[in-house]
Amino acid sequence: MMNNLANILGKLNVHALPSSPITAGAVIGGSIAVLAVIALITYKKRWTWLYKEWITTTNHKKIGVMYIIVAVLMLLRGASDAGMMRLQQATSVGSAHGLLSPNMFQQVVSAHGTIMIFFAGMGLMFGLINLVLPLMIGARDVAFPFMNSTSFWLFAFGAVLINLSLGIGEFSAAGWLAYPPLSELKYSPGVGVDYWIWSLQIAGIGSLLSGINFIVTILKMRAPGMTLMKMPMFAWSVLGAMTLVAFAFPILTVTLTLLALDRTLGMHFFSAGYGGNAMMYINLIWAWGHPEVYILILPAFGIFSEIVSTFSSKRLFGYKSMVWAIWAIVFLSYGVWLHHFFTMGAGANVNAVFGIATMLIAVPTGVKIFNWLFTMYRGRIRFTSPMIWFMGFVFLFTMGGVAGVLMAVPPIDFQLHNSLFLVAHFHTMIVSGVLFGYFAGITYWFPKTFGFRLNEKLGKYAAYCWIVGFILAFLPLYILGIMGATRRMDHYSASLGWQPLFIVAGIGASIIFIGLGLQILQVIVSIWKRNETKDLSGDPWSARTLEWSTTSPPPEYNFALLPVVNQRDAYWASKHSKTKTENDSYSPIYSPKNTSSGFFIGLFSLTIGFSIIWHIWWLLIIGFLGLVLTIILRTTSGEHEKVITVSQIEKIEIPLNGGTKA
Amino acid sequence: MSSDIETIAIKQAAHVAEKHEEDSKTLFGFWLYLMTDCVLFASLFATYAVLHNNTFGGQSAHQLFSLPYALTETLILLTSSFTCGLAVLAAQSKRKNQVISWLSVTFVLGISFLSMELTEFSRLAASNNSWHRSGFLSSFFTLVGTHGLHITIGLLWMFVMIFRLYKGSIGRTTIRQLTLFSLFWHFLDVIWIFIFTIVYLLGGIGV
Repeated sequence: MMNNLANILGKLNVHALPSSPITAGAVIGGSIAVLAVIALITYKKRWTWLYKEWITTTNHKKIGVMYIIVAVLMLLRGASDAGMMRLQQATSVGSAHGLLSPNMFQQVVSAHGTIMIFFAGMGLMFGLINLVLPLMIGARDVAFPFMNSTSFWLFAFGAVLINLSLGIGEFSAAGWLAYPPLSELKYSPGVGVDYWIWSLQIAGIGSLLSGINFIVTILKMRAPGMTLMKMPMFAWSVLGAMTLVAFAFPILTVTLTLLALDRTLGMHFFSAGYGGNAMMYINLIWAWGHPEVYILILPAFGIFSEIVSTFSSKRLFGYKSMVWAIWAIVFLSYGVWLHHFFTMGAGANVNAVFGIATMLIAVPTGVKIFNWLFTMYRGRIRFTSPMIWFMGFVFLFTMGGVAGVLMAVPPIDFQLHNSLFLVAHFHTMIVSGVLFGYFAGITYWFPKTFGFRLNEKLGKYAAYCWIVGFILAFLPLYILGIMGATRRMDHYSASLGWQPLFIVAGIGASIIFIGLGLQILQVIVSIWKRNETKDLSGDPWSARTLEWSTTSPPPEYNFALLPVVNQRDAYWASKHSKTKTENDSYSPIYSPKNTSSGFFIGLFSLTIGFSIIWHIWWLLIIGFLGLVLTIILRTTSGEHEKVITVSQIEKIEIPLNGGTKA
Repeated sequence: MSSDIETIAIKQAAHVAEKHEEDSKTLFGFWLYLMTDCVLFASLFATYAVLHNNTFGGQSAHQLFSLPYALTETLILLTSSFTCGLAVLAAQSKRKNQVISWLSVTFVLGISFLSMELTEFSRLAASNNSWHRSGFLSSFFTLVGTHGLHITIGLLWMFVMIFRLYKGSIGRTTIRQLTLFSLFWHFLDVIWIFIFTIVYLLGGIGV
């Protein structure tokens, strides 16, 4: 009987439950939070509302909000991992061994990297793109609204899977990119690496679909008159990033699949023996991984371009050079992957080529930095909180970039490879570039999405805390790296004299946590006092691009009449021109119907991932059949559109236009 | 009154234009998907190129694969691409029964191709040359198997389409679906040509 049960559940048994008090605490805390949310929804009788308004929605604005909610939750989880790491390294010295066991520490490191890149970074990025991109180019939705909802649910269920590893089984201890042979079954026999593979695979396929979706949206759905060179810079940066997604994510899909085949079916792609080649994995994963860095940073560059131009009340300086810089970065980002492993031994000439290509990327990036500074030059600058994030970004990003160029020199990299210097470098780029950019973007577009602004004072305090905390947390790591401290180190000897610097880094991390706390407080206070910061004009920042020409929050269809564009910064131009454009009469709008198919595709993908991780083969069949059936039913079912009639549009629009009929 | 009818007519025309717009979006999106699939196969080809000599003391491509067998597979798949094209032509002139029969021929040819491939796989596995054997065989099974998986998806797609055609008539959606499917099927043909060249031809002459 017991034997049968064991077979039914595959590798899953009671030992999969957490054994360490820290994990158990996290699991119990997390479960209580989930149960509390479920209880609250049930108590308020909001399940139907949740299902009809959110789970089945195909509206890009709501999908964007859901992306950001999931991403922020994952950001908090990743940040708590970071806190544990700082605590461990500040205390685990000499005879003291800190709170975490070596294996736990490796799991925390791996989870932190994976969660921050795939779920916090990518989530915030897709969230913001969803929120504003269609509005910005004067479109009513994305090209494929159903696919958009599918992408989101794949992302969300990928996030669910990675969090399941906390309570059921374990997470990978093989680093955020799971290099073989360590990540092979022989050296990582647990389910951790499988959790890593399948949560990334599910979320990654969602990202790939989003990439295709946004490319088509930008190239096919711009407002009449908006030629490519009249697009806002954010749209350009998204086009660049999504091109990278379309060409890089299939490589990730393949790499993860090959590792999964090695682990699950006993193949020998990356095995140490049997003619496998572990370095091939490292080449493949970085052929995806390096473009991935630019996928995250390019939209952040786009956000900064919009913010700097708006708050300097000036046109963006050097628009054309910005566009060329984006495409130079897109192109070059595929030619530098080897700089992640100069020490592989490819030879001096190969290393030199990749070293020089890496240094070249600094050129277009430098062009962008100078363009932003020249945009500010002689502008009427308003130092709002998005601008504070920007100022922090310019300072820190340039510093981190210089450290990057330093490491692009192969002999120097041989010294600094896998040291904390490298860790400090990429955190400078990703925290100050990606995270600050998305924080600034959220502050900037918050009133557009919800109809009221975020509290400025708390926002500024939060930004200052992040900037100061960041400097304190990461400058010591540069120094420690040069002193020889390696990454992923759970313990060191007291005689090295590193502890004071690690303590400073810990203090810096605490200041960042204060900043994070202030941001949460900022959202709460802003909702509390939302009547004081209401945005009735639709244009709270005196901005320049089309998303500000509609109401805040915009109606379901974004624009009752599609805007006609004849120059850059179209909204700014129409605000300041004397001739009013003549209003056309409304026509019915075709809008996508809600659908639950995206949710179920995500749910069945989760089932497939979970059953492969635990070798529960009957569940795999159910998940697989469910997935195929959902797709077939969706593609063969009838009309997917509903009509919003003229009278419905008038009902919404007339009160907004002050009672006059368009 | 007449102007009202006129407005309605104009608006209906606009809606038709919108539908065409939607078709062109779908077509473009599908092309993009095919390009991402191309990158996927390119990665698998690269893997095969790296590992194809790592036989770990086992038999090499030259000893394992039979060229005439692979050539037969190729001819079957090429023919199926041709019949798929005939189905699209028939759909454009709205000849439903012809579409169904050409699609069925394509389906049968696709099934034959797939069963030949699976026969080869089981023959290899039976002679102790399965994917466990070496890095070379792992990459062979994965590359060719991924193509086979795509073929399987194509067969499923065809099955659903034939069923729908049988029940309904040829509308805009059917023609769009059939266009996308034929793109997919021709794409798989192109990929197979590369597999035939790189795996079987070059393997056959022992490069």
